[in-house]
Amino acid sequence: MTDQSYNFAYLDEQTKRMIRRAILKGIAVPGYQVPFASREMPMPYGWGTGGVQVTAACLTPEDRLKVIDQGADDTTNAVSIRKFFQRTAGVATTEATAEATLIQTRHRIPEHPLTEDQILVYQVPIPEPLRFLEPRETETRKMHSLEEYGLMHVKLYEDIARHGSIATSYAYPVKVEGRYVMDPSPIPKFDNPKLGDCPALQLFGAGREQRIYALPPHTQVVSLDFDDHPFQATKAPHDCDLCGASESYLDEVIVDDAGNRMFVCSDTDFCRSRREAGHAGRLTMQEAAE
Amino acid sequence: MKMEPITATPLLRVDNLTKRYGSRIGCADVSFDLWPGEVLGIVGESGSGKSTLLSCLAGHLTPDEGQVIFDTAGGPRDVLRMTEPERRRLSRTDWAFVHQNPRDGLRMGVTAGGNVGERLMAVGARHYGDIRDRATDWLGRVEIAAERIDDRPTAFSGGMQQRLQIARNLVTGPRLVFMDEPTGGLDVSVQARLLDLLRGLVREMGLSAIIVTHDLAVVRLLADRLMVMKSGRVVEQGLTDQVLDDPQHPYTQLLVSSVLQV
Ligand SMILES: Nc1ncnc2c1ncn2[C@@H]1O[C@H](COP(=O)(O)OP(=O)(O)OP(=O)(O)O)[C@@H](O)[C@H]1O
Ligand SMILES: [Mg+2]
Repeated sequence: MTDQSYNFAYLDEQTKRMIRRAILKGIAVPGYQVPFASREMPMPYGWGTGGVQVTAACLTPEDRLKVIDQGADDTTNAVSIRKFFQRTAGVATTEATAEATLIQTRHRIPEHPLTEDQILVYQVPIPEPLRFLEPRETETRKMHSLEEYGLMHVKLYEDIARHGSIATSYAYPVKVEGRYVMDPSPIPKFDNPKLGDCPALQLFGAGREQRIYALPPHTQVVSLDFDDHPFQATKAPHDCDLCGASESYLDEVIVDDAGNRMFVCSDTDFCRSRREAGHAGRLTMQEAAE
Repeated sequence: MKMEPITATPLLRVDNLTKRYGSRIGCADVSFDLWPGEVLGIVGESGSGKSTLLSCLAGHLTPDEGQVIFDTAGGPRDVLRMTEPERRRLSRTDWAFVHQNPRDGLRMGVTAGGNVGERLMAVGARHYGDIRDRATDWLGRVEIAAERIDDRPTAFSGGMQQRLQIARNLVTGPRLVFMDEPTGGLDVSVQARLLDLLRGLVREMGLSAIIVTHDLAVVRLLADRLMVMKSGRVVEQGLTDQVLDDPQHPYTQLLVSSVLQV
Protein backbone atom coordinates (compact mmCIF):
# COMPACT_ATOMS: atom_id res chain seq x y z
CA MET A 1 0.00 0.00 0.00
CA THR A 2 1.18 3.49 -0.81
CA ASP A 3 1.41 5.80 2.17
CA GLN A 4 -0.71 8.78 1.09
CA SER A 5 0.86 11.24 3.52
CA TYR A 6 3.92 11.44 1.21
CA ASN A 7 4.29 12.73 -2.31
CA PHE A 8 5.04 9.97 -4.87
CA ALA A 9 8.50 8.55 -4.00
CA TYR A 10 8.68 10.70 -0.85
CA LEU A 11 10.35 13.83 -2.32
CA ASP A 12 8.21 16.79 -3.41
CA GLU A 13 8.02 17.62 -7.11
CA GLN A 14 10.23 20.73 -6.85
CA THR A 15 13.01 18.74 -5.24
CA LYS A 16 12.70 15.99 -7.85
CA ARG A 17 12.92 18.57 -10.62
CA MET A 18 16.05 20.03 -9.06
CA ILE A 19 17.61 16.55 -8.86
CA ARG A 20 16.56 15.75 -12.44
CA ARG A 21 18.27 18.91 -13.66
CA ALA A 22 21.47 17.77 -11.93
CA ILE A 23 21.07 14.33 -13.50
CA LEU A 24 20.56 15.81 -16.98
CA LYS A 25 23.65 17.95 -16.54
CA GLY A 26 25.56 14.86 -15.43
CA ILE A 27 24.41 12.99 -18.53
CA ALA A 28 25.44 15.91 -20.73
CA VAL A 29 28.96 15.94 -19.22
CA PRO A 30 29.78 12.27 -18.51
CA GLY A 31 31.89 11.74 -15.40
CA TYR A 32 31.58 15.34 -14.20
CA GLN A 33 30.44 15.73 -10.58
CA VAL A 34 27.37 17.97 -10.50
CA PRO A 35 26.64 19.64 -7.14
CA PHE A 36 23.05 19.34 -5.93
CA ALA A 37 21.17 20.37 -2.81
CA SER A 38 20.92 17.03 -1.07
CA ARG A 39 17.79 16.64 1.11
CA GLU A 40 17.37 15.01 4.48
CA MET A 41 16.02 11.53 3.96
CA PRO A 42 14.38 9.41 6.65
CA MET A 43 17.52 7.24 6.90
CA PRO A 44 21.15 7.82 7.89
CA TYR A 45 23.68 9.06 5.28
CA GLY A 46 25.63 5.81 5.30
CA TRP A 47 22.50 4.12 3.98
CA GLY A 48 22.77 5.56 0.51
CA THR A 49 20.69 8.71 0.70
CA GLY A 50 22.33 9.99 -2.52
CA GLY A 51 21.24 6.90 -4.43
CA VAL A 52 17.80 7.06 -2.83
CA GLN A 53 17.29 10.66 -3.97
CA VAL A 54 18.38 9.83 -7.53
CA THR A 55 16.06 6.82 -7.55
CA ALA A 56 13.19 8.95 -6.22
CA ALA A 57 13.75 11.49 -9.00
CA CYS A 58 13.77 8.78 -11.70
CA LEU A 59 10.94 6.48 -10.56
CA THR A 60 7.61 6.37 -12.40
CA PRO A 61 4.55 4.39 -11.25
CA GLU A 62 5.21 1.84 -14.02
CA ASP A 63 8.74 1.04 -12.84
CA ARG A 64 9.84 -2.28 -11.40
CA LEU A 65 12.51 -1.69 -8.76
CA LYS A 66 15.38 -3.92 -7.66
CA VAL A 67 17.68 -2.95 -4.78
CA ILE A 68 20.96 -4.71 -4.07
CA ASP A 69 23.66 -4.31 -1.47
CA GLN A 70 26.99 -6.05 -2.25
CA GLY A 71 25.07 -8.06 -4.86
CA ALA A 72 22.39 -9.31 -2.45
CA ASP A 73 18.70 -8.41 -2.43
CA ASP A 74 18.15 -9.53 1.15
CA THR A 75 20.51 -7.45 3.31
CA THR A 76 18.98 -5.01 5.82
CA ASN A 77 20.03 -2.04 3.73
CA ALA A 78 18.57 -3.40 0.47
CA VAL A 79 15.36 -4.55 2.15
CA SER A 80 14.73 -1.23 3.88
CA ILE A 81 15.31 0.84 0.73
CA ARG A 82 13.04 -1.48 -1.26
CA LYS A 83 10.35 -1.21 1.40
CA PHE A 84 10.76 2.55 1.49
CA PHE A 85 9.85 2.86 -2.20
CA GLN A 86 7.10 0.26 -1.97
CA ARG A 87 5.55 2.38 0.74
CA THR A 88 6.16 5.85 -0.72
CA ALA A 89 5.81 5.11 -4.44
CA GLY A 90 3.82 1.91 -4.55
CA VAL A 91 6.04 0.58 -7.33
CA ALA A 92 6.45 -3.09 -8.15
CA THR A 93 9.69 -4.69 -7.00
CA THR A 94 11.68 -7.66 -8.16
CA GLU A 95 14.87 -9.54 -7.38
CA ALA A 96 15.40 -10.57 -11.00
CA THR A 97 17.89 -8.29 -12.74
CA ALA A 98 16.33 -8.90 -16.17
CA GLU A 99 12.87 -7.87 -14.96
CA ALA A 100 13.88 -4.63 -13.23
CA THR A 101 13.60 -1.25 -14.96
CA LEU A 102 15.51 0.56 -12.23
CA ILE A 103 18.19 -1.01 -10.04
CA GLN A 104 19.67 0.78 -7.05
CA THR A 105 22.98 -0.73 -6.03
CA ARG A 106 25.70 -0.50 -3.44
CA HIS A 107 29.12 -2.00 -4.26
CA ARG A 108 28.22 -4.17 -7.31
CA ILE A 109 27.12 -4.23 -10.93
CA PRO A 110 24.77 -7.19 -11.57
CA GLU A 111 26.24 -10.14 -13.49
CA HIS A 112 23.28 -10.38 -15.88
CA PRO A 113 23.95 -8.00 -18.78
CA LEU A 114 21.94 -4.77 -18.54
CA THR A 115 19.81 -3.34 -21.35
CA GLU A 116 18.95 0.10 -22.68
CA ASP A 117 15.57 -0.14 -20.93
CA GLN A 118 17.25 -0.06 -17.52
CA ILE A 119 18.72 2.54 -15.17
CA LEU A 120 21.42 1.57 -12.67
CA VAL A 121 21.68 3.92 -9.66
CA TYR A 122 24.84 3.71 -7.52
CA GLN A 123 25.12 4.75 -3.89
CA VAL A 124 28.35 6.73 -3.55
CA PRO A 125 30.11 7.50 -0.24
CA ILE A 126 33.04 9.62 -1.57
CA PRO A 127 32.63 10.93 -5.12
CA GLU A 128 36.02 12.67 -5.36
CA PRO A 129 38.72 10.34 -6.72
CA LEU A 130 41.45 12.92 -6.02
CA ARG A 131 40.51 13.29 -2.35
CA PHE A 132 43.03 10.65 -1.26
CA LEU A 133 46.02 12.87 -2.09
CA GLU A 134 44.50 16.34 -2.24
CA PRO A 135 42.05 17.15 0.55
CA ARG A 136 41.32 20.72 -0.60
CA GLU A 137 38.03 20.82 -2.50
CA THR A 138 38.92 24.09 -4.30
CA GLU A 139 42.07 22.47 -5.58
CA THR A 140 40.47 19.19 -6.73
CA ARG A 141 37.81 21.12 -8.64
CA LYS A 142 40.52 23.08 -10.39
CA MET A 143 42.38 19.88 -11.18
CA HIS A 144 39.27 18.44 -12.83
CA SER A 145 38.57 21.56 -14.82
CA LEU A 146 42.18 21.75 -16.04
CA GLU A 147 42.48 17.96 -16.55
CA GLU A 148 45.44 17.80 -14.17
CA TYR A 149 45.27 14.13 -13.33
CA GLY A 150 48.92 13.24 -12.67
CA LEU A 151 48.02 12.72 -9.02
CA MET A 152 45.82 9.71 -9.85
CA HIS A 153 48.87 7.96 -11.18
CA VAL A 154 50.85 8.93 -8.08
CA LYS A 155 48.25 6.97 -6.13
CA LEU A 156 48.70 3.93 -8.38
CA TYR A 157 52.50 4.38 -8.24
CA GLU A 158 52.32 4.26 -4.44
CA ASP A 159 50.30 1.06 -4.66
CA ILE A 160 52.90 -0.68 -6.79
CA ALA A 161 55.79 0.68 -4.70
CA ARG A 162 54.23 -0.73 -1.54
CA HIS A 163 52.59 -3.92 -2.72
CA GLY A 164 54.39 -4.86 -5.93
CA SER A 165 51.22 -4.46 -7.98
CA ILE A 166 48.21 -2.18 -8.10
CA ALA A 167 46.52 -3.23 -4.87
CA THR A 168 43.49 -0.97 -5.25
CA SER A 169 40.76 -3.57 -5.58
CA TYR A 170 37.60 -1.47 -5.32
CA ALA A 171 36.66 2.15 -6.14
CA TYR A 172 39.26 1.78 -8.88
CA PRO A 173 39.55 5.12 -10.76
CA VAL A 174 38.46 5.40 -14.38
CA LYS A 175 38.69 8.00 -17.13
CA VAL A 176 35.43 8.80 -18.88
CA GLU A 177 35.36 9.57 -22.61
CA GLY A 178 39.01 10.62 -22.39
CA ARG A 179 38.08 13.57 -20.16
CA TYR A 180 36.97 13.29 -16.52
CA VAL A 181 38.54 10.97 -13.99
CA MET A 182 35.74 9.36 -11.96
CA ASP A 183 35.35 7.23 -8.86
CA PRO A 184 33.01 4.38 -9.83
CA SER A 185 31.91 4.02 -6.15
CA PRO A 186 33.28 1.07 -4.15
CA ILE A 187 32.46 -1.62 -6.71
CA PRO A 188 35.15 -4.31 -7.05
CA LYS A 189 37.52 -3.58 -9.92
CA PHE A 190 36.21 -6.85 -11.38
CA ASP A 191 33.11 -4.81 -12.32
CA ASN A 192 35.03 -1.96 -13.98
CA PRO A 193 34.90 -3.40 -17.51
CA LYS A 194 31.07 -3.44 -17.26
CA LEU A 195 31.01 0.36 -16.75
CA GLY A 196 32.14 1.01 -20.30
CA ASP A 197 29.88 0.70 -23.35
CA CYS A 198 27.01 -0.29 -21.04
CA PRO A 199 23.57 -0.09 -22.74
CA ALA A 200 21.89 1.03 -19.49
CA LEU A 201 21.99 4.56 -18.11
CA GLN A 202 24.24 4.67 -15.02
CA LEU A 203 23.66 7.34 -12.37
CA PHE A 204 25.74 8.00 -9.26
CA GLY A 205 24.42 9.77 -6.17
CA ALA A 206 26.44 10.95 -3.15
CA GLY A 207 24.13 12.26 -0.42
CA ARG A 208 26.44 13.59 2.25
CA GLU A 209 28.82 15.03 -0.37
CA GLN A 210 25.94 16.43 -2.46
CA ARG A 211 27.17 15.26 -5.85
CA ILE A 212 25.52 13.51 -8.79
CA TYR A 213 27.35 12.14 -11.83
CA ALA A 214 26.42 9.95 -14.75
CA LEU A 215 27.49 7.61 -17.51
CA PRO A 216 25.06 7.76 -20.43
CA PRO A 217 24.57 4.51 -22.39
CA HIS A 218 27.60 3.29 -24.36
CA THR A 219 30.08 5.68 -22.76
CA GLN A 220 33.80 4.96 -23.08
CA VAL A 221 35.23 4.17 -19.64
CA VAL A 222 38.91 3.28 -19.20
CA SER A 223 40.50 2.06 -15.96
CA LEU A 224 43.73 3.95 -15.20
CA ASP A 225 46.97 1.96 -15.22
CA PHE A 226 50.63 1.92 -16.23
CA ASP A 227 52.00 0.52 -19.50
CA ASP A 228 54.02 -2.05 -17.55
CA HIS A 229 51.30 -2.70 -14.93
CA PRO A 230 48.11 -2.95 -17.00
CA PHE A 231 44.68 -2.96 -15.35
CA GLN A 232 43.38 -6.41 -14.46
CA ALA A 233 39.79 -7.21 -13.47
CA THR A 234 40.59 -9.81 -10.86
CA LYS A 235 38.39 -12.15 -8.82
CA ALA A 236 39.00 -15.11 -6.51
CA PRO A 237 40.40 -17.97 -8.65
CA HIS A 238 37.52 -20.34 -7.91
CA ASP A 239 34.12 -21.44 -9.23
CA CYS A 240 31.00 -20.70 -7.22
CA ASP A 241 30.48 -23.55 -4.74
CA LEU A 242 26.70 -23.31 -5.14
CA CYS A 243 26.10 -22.78 -8.87
CA GLY A 244 29.49 -23.61 -10.40
CA ALA A 245 29.79 -20.25 -12.21
CA SER A 246 33.38 -19.55 -13.20
CA GLU A 247 32.92 -16.01 -14.51
CA SER A 248 31.05 -14.31 -11.67
CA TYR A 249 32.39 -12.25 -8.74
CA LEU A 250 32.67 -14.37 -5.60
CA ASP A 251 32.37 -13.72 -1.88
CA GLU A 252 34.44 -15.82 0.48
CA VAL A 253 32.27 -17.12 3.32
CA ILE A 254 33.44 -18.90 6.47
CA VAL A 255 31.02 -21.78 7.00
CA ASP A 256 31.93 -23.30 10.37
CA ASP A 257 34.01 -22.90 13.51
CA ALA A 258 36.76 -25.01 11.96
CA GLY A 259 37.43 -22.16 9.54
CA ASN A 260 36.15 -23.97 6.46
CA ARG A 261 35.35 -21.61 3.63
CA MET A 262 33.25 -21.53 0.56
CA PHE A 263 33.11 -19.24 -2.44
CA VAL A 264 29.71 -18.10 -3.59
CA CYS A 265 28.45 -15.62 -6.17
CA SER A 266 28.03 -12.20 -4.59
CA ASP A 267 25.10 -11.64 -7.00
CA THR A 268 22.39 -13.69 -5.26
CA ASP A 269 19.86 -13.40 -8.10
CA PHE A 270 22.43 -14.59 -10.64
CA CYS A 271 23.39 -17.56 -8.47
CA ARG A 272 19.81 -18.60 -7.75
CA SER A 273 18.72 -18.44 -11.37
CA ARG A 274 21.68 -20.57 -12.40
CA ARG A 275 20.79 -23.17 -9.78
CA GLU A 276 17.15 -23.10 -10.89
CA ALA A 277 18.37 -23.74 -14.42
CA GLY A 278 20.11 -26.89 -13.17
CA HIS A 279 23.70 -25.69 -12.65
CA ALA A 280 25.51 -26.95 -9.58
CA GLY A 281 28.73 -26.21 -7.70
CA ARG A 282 31.05 -28.21 -5.46
CA LEU A 283 28.84 -28.05 -2.36
CA THR A 284 25.47 -28.55 -4.02
CA MET A 285 26.86 -31.62 -5.78
CA GLN A 286 28.15 -33.00 -2.45
CA GLU A 287 24.74 -32.46 -0.86
CA ALA A 288 23.01 -34.17 -3.76
CA ALA A 289 25.36 -37.14 -3.37
CA GLU A 290 24.68 -37.50 0.37
CA MET B 1 83.94 33.81 -15.19
CA LYS B 2 80.61 34.93 -16.52
CA MET B 3 80.11 34.67 -20.27
CA GLU B 4 78.21 37.24 -22.26
CA PRO B 5 74.80 35.89 -23.16
CA ILE B 6 74.66 34.52 -26.71
CA THR B 7 70.91 34.74 -27.11
CA ALA B 8 69.27 38.06 -27.80
CA THR B 9 66.18 37.29 -25.68
CA PRO B 10 66.30 37.18 -21.89
CA LEU B 11 64.63 34.14 -20.32
CA LEU B 12 62.72 36.46 -18.02
CA ARG B 13 62.20 40.21 -18.37
CA VAL B 14 60.62 41.93 -15.36
CA ASP B 15 59.33 45.41 -15.87
CA ASN B 16 58.21 47.81 -13.11
CA LEU B 17 56.63 45.16 -10.95
CA THR B 18 54.64 46.50 -7.99
CA LYS B 19 52.62 44.65 -5.36
CA ARG B 20 50.82 46.41 -2.52
CA TYR B 21 49.10 44.91 0.48
CA GLY B 22 46.45 47.56 1.01
CA SER B 23 48.44 50.71 1.68
CA ARG B 24 51.61 48.79 2.58
CA ILE B 25 54.16 48.17 -0.15
CA GLY B 26 55.14 44.53 -0.77
CA CYS B 27 57.56 45.38 -3.56
CA ALA B 28 57.71 48.37 -5.89
CA ASP B 29 59.07 49.23 -9.37
CA VAL B 30 61.22 46.14 -9.67
CA SER B 31 62.83 45.66 -13.09
CA PHE B 32 65.52 43.23 -14.24
CA ASP B 33 66.44 40.75 -16.96
CA LEU B 34 67.44 37.16 -16.32
CA TRP B 35 69.46 35.53 -19.07
CA PRO B 36 69.48 31.79 -19.83
CA GLY B 37 71.88 29.93 -17.55
CA GLU B 38 72.08 32.80 -15.11
CA VAL B 39 71.52 32.62 -11.35
CA LEU B 40 70.15 35.76 -9.73
CA GLY B 41 70.33 36.22 -5.98
CA ILE B 42 67.90 38.47 -4.15
CA VAL B 43 69.02 39.63 -0.71
CA GLY B 44 67.66 42.06 1.85
CA GLU B 45 66.54 42.19 5.44
CA SER B 46 63.38 40.60 6.74
CA GLY B 47 60.30 42.32 5.32
CA SER B 48 62.17 43.88 2.38
CA GLY B 49 59.84 42.23 -0.16
CA LYS B 50 61.90 39.26 -1.37
CA SER B 51 59.19 36.63 -0.98
CA THR B 52 56.55 38.98 -2.33
CA LEU B 53 58.61 39.54 -5.47
CA LEU B 54 59.31 35.83 -5.94
CA SER B 55 55.64 34.94 -5.49
CA CYS B 56 54.65 37.55 -8.09
CA LEU B 57 57.19 36.17 -10.55
CA ALA B 58 56.07 32.58 -10.04
CA GLY B 59 52.40 33.45 -10.41
CA HIS B 60 51.44 32.69 -6.80
CA LEU B 61 50.53 36.34 -6.23
CA THR B 62 49.00 38.82 -8.66
CA PRO B 63 50.96 42.08 -8.78
CA ASP B 64 49.18 45.41 -9.10
CA GLU B 65 51.40 46.75 -11.86
CA GLY B 66 54.13 45.66 -14.21
CA GLN B 67 55.01 42.90 -16.61
CA VAL B 68 56.73 39.53 -16.31
CA ILE B 69 57.79 38.39 -19.78
CA PHE B 70 58.90 34.76 -19.96
CA ASP B 71 60.51 33.33 -23.08
CA THR B 72 58.19 30.34 -23.60
CA ALA B 73 58.71 27.65 -26.23
CA GLY B 74 56.35 29.71 -28.39
CA GLY B 75 58.21 33.00 -27.82
CA PRO B 76 58.09 35.71 -25.14
CA ARG B 77 54.77 35.96 -23.25
CA ASP B 78 53.52 38.13 -20.41
CA VAL B 79 52.97 35.60 -17.65
CA LEU B 80 50.47 37.88 -15.91
CA ARG B 81 48.24 37.90 -18.98
CA MET B 82 48.22 34.15 -19.41
CA THR B 83 45.11 32.16 -18.55
CA GLU B 84 45.32 30.17 -15.33
CA PRO B 85 45.55 26.82 -17.17
CA GLU B 86 48.50 28.14 -19.20
CA ARG B 87 50.25 29.39 -16.09
CA ARG B 88 49.67 26.15 -14.20
CA ARG B 89 51.02 24.16 -17.16
CA LEU B 90 54.10 26.37 -17.16
CA SER B 91 54.63 25.82 -13.46
CA ARG B 92 54.76 22.05 -13.85
CA THR B 93 56.88 22.01 -17.02
CA ASP B 94 59.19 25.00 -17.54
CA TRP B 95 59.22 26.25 -13.95
CA ALA B 96 60.02 24.84 -10.55
CA PHE B 97 59.58 26.29 -7.08
CA VAL B 98 61.63 25.24 -4.07
CA HIS B 99 60.01 26.34 -0.81
CA GLN B 100 61.87 27.26 2.34
CA ASN B 101 59.88 24.71 4.30
CA PRO B 102 60.09 21.33 2.56
CA ARG B 103 56.64 20.49 3.95
CA ASP B 104 55.19 23.14 1.64
CA GLY B 105 56.85 21.61 -1.38
CA LEU B 106 56.54 17.88 -0.68
CA ARG B 107 53.66 15.48 -0.30
CA MET B 108 54.39 14.17 3.16
CA GLY B 109 52.06 11.15 2.78
CA VAL B 110 53.69 9.96 -0.44
CA THR B 111 56.96 8.00 -0.74
CA ALA B 112 60.18 9.66 -1.89
CA GLY B 113 59.84 7.91 -5.26
CA GLY B 114 56.25 9.10 -5.64
CA ASN B 115 57.28 12.65 -4.76
CA VAL B 116 59.98 12.68 -7.42
CA GLY B 117 57.78 10.87 -9.93
CA GLU B 118 54.79 13.20 -9.59
CA ARG B 119 55.99 15.79 -12.09
CA LEU B 120 56.86 13.04 -14.56
CA MET B 121 53.36 11.60 -14.25
CA ALA B 122 51.86 15.08 -14.46
CA VAL B 123 53.38 15.48 -17.90
CA GLY B 124 52.23 12.06 -19.06
CA ALA B 125 54.78 9.41 -17.96
CA ARG B 126 52.90 6.09 -17.81
CA HIS B 127 55.64 3.49 -17.44
CA TYR B 128 56.17 2.54 -13.81
CA GLY B 129 59.64 1.08 -14.38
CA ASP B 130 60.86 4.20 -16.20
CA ILE B 131 59.44 6.53 -13.56
CA ARG B 132 61.14 4.51 -10.85
CA ASP B 133 64.46 4.48 -12.68
CA ARG B 134 64.40 8.23 -13.07
CA ALA B 135 63.39 8.72 -9.43
CA THR B 136 66.25 6.46 -8.32
CA ASP B 137 68.68 8.41 -10.49
CA TRP B 138 67.51 11.71 -9.01
CA LEU B 139 67.64 10.49 -5.44
CA GLY B 140 71.28 9.59 -6.15
CA ARG B 141 71.96 13.03 -7.54
CA VAL B 142 70.75 14.64 -4.33
CA GLU B 143 72.66 12.09 -2.24
CA ILE B 144 69.70 10.10 -0.95
CA ALA B 145 70.36 6.34 -0.91
CA ALA B 146 68.31 4.38 -3.46
CA GLU B 147 67.05 2.09 -0.69
CA ARG B 148 65.12 5.03 0.81
CA ILE B 149 62.96 5.35 -2.32
CA ASP B 150 59.89 3.78 -0.67
CA ASP B 151 60.16 5.77 2.58
CA ARG B 152 57.98 8.77 3.26
CA PRO B 153 59.56 12.21 3.79
CA THR B 154 58.32 12.11 7.39
CA ALA B 155 61.09 9.57 7.99
CA PHE B 156 63.73 11.98 6.57
CA SER B 157 65.85 14.63 8.29
CA GLY B 158 65.28 18.29 7.42
CA GLY B 159 68.28 18.33 5.09
CA MET B 160 67.13 15.18 3.31
CA GLN B 161 63.63 16.60 2.92
CA GLN B 162 65.06 19.70 1.31
CA ARG B 163 67.19 17.62 -1.04
CA LEU B 164 64.14 15.53 -1.90
CA GLN B 165 62.22 18.70 -2.67
CA ILE B 166 65.00 19.77 -5.00
CA ALA B 167 65.01 16.40 -6.78
CA ARG B 168 61.23 16.53 -7.15
CA ASN B 169 61.51 19.95 -8.77
CA LEU B 170 64.43 19.29 -11.09
CA VAL B 171 63.43 15.87 -12.42
CA THR B 172 61.60 17.28 -15.43
CA GLY B 173 64.47 19.62 -16.35
CA PRO B 174 62.75 22.98 -15.74
CA ARG B 175 64.10 26.05 -17.52
CA LEU B 176 63.67 28.36 -14.55
CA VAL B 177 63.87 27.53 -10.85
CA PHE B 178 62.55 29.80 -8.09
CA MET B 179 63.96 29.20 -4.62
CA ASP B 180 62.85 30.96 -1.44
CA GLU B 181 65.45 30.54 1.30
CA PRO B 182 66.36 27.00 0.23
CA THR B 183 68.89 26.64 3.04
CA GLY B 184 66.90 28.46 5.71
CA GLY B 185 65.90 26.49 8.78
CA LEU B 186 68.80 24.01 8.45
CA ASP B 187 71.86 23.69 10.71
CA VAL B 188 75.02 25.25 9.43
CA SER B 189 76.78 22.01 8.48
CA VAL B 190 73.68 20.76 6.67
CA GLN B 191 73.39 24.11 4.90
CA ALA B 192 76.94 23.87 3.62
CA ARG B 193 76.36 20.43 2.17
CA LEU B 194 73.13 21.54 0.52
CA LEU B 195 74.86 24.55 -0.97
CA ASP B 196 77.60 22.40 -2.47
CA LEU B 197 74.98 20.14 -3.93
CA LEU B 198 73.00 23.04 -5.37
CA ARG B 199 76.13 24.54 -6.84
CA GLY B 200 76.96 21.23 -8.53
CA LEU B 201 73.47 20.92 -9.99
CA VAL B 202 73.36 24.52 -11.17
CA ARG B 203 76.65 24.09 -13.04
CA GLU B 204 75.95 20.63 -14.41
CA MET B 205 72.44 21.47 -15.64
CA GLY B 206 73.13 25.06 -16.62
CA LEU B 207 70.13 26.08 -14.54
CA SER B 208 68.57 29.50 -14.66
CA ALA B 209 67.44 30.36 -11.17
CA ILE B 210 66.25 33.12 -8.88
CA ILE B 211 67.27 32.53 -5.29
CA VAL B 212 65.89 34.54 -2.40
CA THR B 213 67.99 34.53 0.74
CA HIS B 214 69.27 36.74 3.50
CA ASP B 215 72.43 34.70 3.71
CA LEU B 216 75.24 36.36 1.75
CA ALA B 217 77.26 33.13 1.76
CA VAL B 218 74.52 31.58 -0.35
CA VAL B 219 74.67 34.28 -3.00
CA ARG B 220 78.48 34.37 -2.96
CA LEU B 221 78.49 30.66 -3.82
CA LEU B 222 75.55 30.42 -6.22
CA ALA B 223 74.59 33.73 -7.77
CA ASP B 224 76.08 35.30 -10.89
CA ARG B 225 74.20 38.48 -10.25
CA LEU B 226 72.80 40.05 -7.13
CA MET B 227 69.87 42.30 -6.38
CA VAL B 228 69.66 44.09 -3.02
CA MET B 229 66.20 45.03 -1.72
CA LYS B 230 65.15 47.41 1.01
CA SER B 231 61.60 48.43 1.92
CA GLY B 232 60.23 46.77 -1.20
CA ARG B 233 62.60 48.48 -3.63
CA VAL B 234 65.77 47.41 -5.40
CA VAL B 235 68.56 49.62 -4.08
CA GLU B 236 71.46 48.04 -5.94
CA GLN B 237 72.09 45.34 -8.51
CA GLY B 238 75.09 44.01 -10.39
CA LEU B 239 77.55 41.16 -10.66
CA THR B 240 77.71 39.38 -7.31
CA ASP B 241 81.41 39.85 -6.66
CA GLN B 242 81.23 43.51 -7.64
CA VAL B 243 78.30 44.24 -5.34
CA LEU B 244 79.76 42.33 -2.40
CA ASP B 245 83.33 43.59 -2.78
CA ASP B 246 82.53 47.16 -3.70
CA PRO B 247 79.02 48.01 -2.49
CA GLN B 248 77.76 51.41 -3.61
CA HIS B 249 74.52 51.89 -1.69
CA PRO B 250 74.87 52.63 2.05
CA TYR B 251 72.38 49.88 2.88
CA THR B 252 74.42 47.31 0.94
CA GLN B 253 77.54 48.51 2.68
CA LEU B 254 75.84 47.92 6.00
CA LEU B 255 74.63 44.49 4.90
CA VAL B 256 78.09 43.42 3.75
CA SER B 257 79.90 44.78 6.79
CA SER B 258 77.51 43.16 9.24
CA VAL B 259 78.25 39.85 7.59
CA LEU B 260 81.97 40.39 7.82
CA GLN B 261 81.62 40.90 11.54
CA VAL B 262 80.03 37.48 12.00
N1 LIG C 1 49.94 38.64 3.13
C1 LIG C 1 50.39 39.85 3.48
N2 LIG C 1 49.53 40.81 3.91
C2 LIG C 1 49.97 42.05 4.26
N3 LIG C 1 51.24 42.40 4.23
C3 LIG C 1 52.16 41.49 3.83
C4 LIG C 1 51.78 40.17 3.45
N4 LIG C 1 52.89 39.48 3.10
C5 LIG C 1 53.91 40.33 3.26
N5 LIG C 1 53.49 41.55 3.69
C6 LIG C 1 54.32 42.72 3.94
O1 LIG C 1 55.03 43.01 2.75
C7 LIG C 1 56.37 43.36 3.05
C8 LIG C 1 57.33 42.40 2.36
O2 LIG C 1 57.18 41.11 2.91
P1 LIG C 1 57.93 39.81 2.35
O3 LIG C 1 57.36 38.63 3.01
O4 LIG C 1 57.93 39.85 0.89
O5 LIG C 1 59.42 40.06 2.89
P2 LIG C 1 60.71 39.14 2.85
O6 LIG C 1 61.79 39.98 2.31
O7 LIG C 1 60.42 37.87 2.17
O8 LIG C 1 60.97 38.87 4.41
P3 LIG C 1 61.59 37.57 5.14
O9 LIG C 1 63.07 37.67 4.96
O10 LIG C 1 61.22 37.77 6.58
O11 LIG C 1 61.01 36.36 4.55
C9 LIG C 1 56.47 43.36 4.57
O12 LIG C 1 56.24 44.65 5.02
C10 LIG C 1 55.35 42.44 5.00
O13 LIG C 1 54.89 42.81 6.28
MG1 LIG D 1 60.44 35.79 2.80
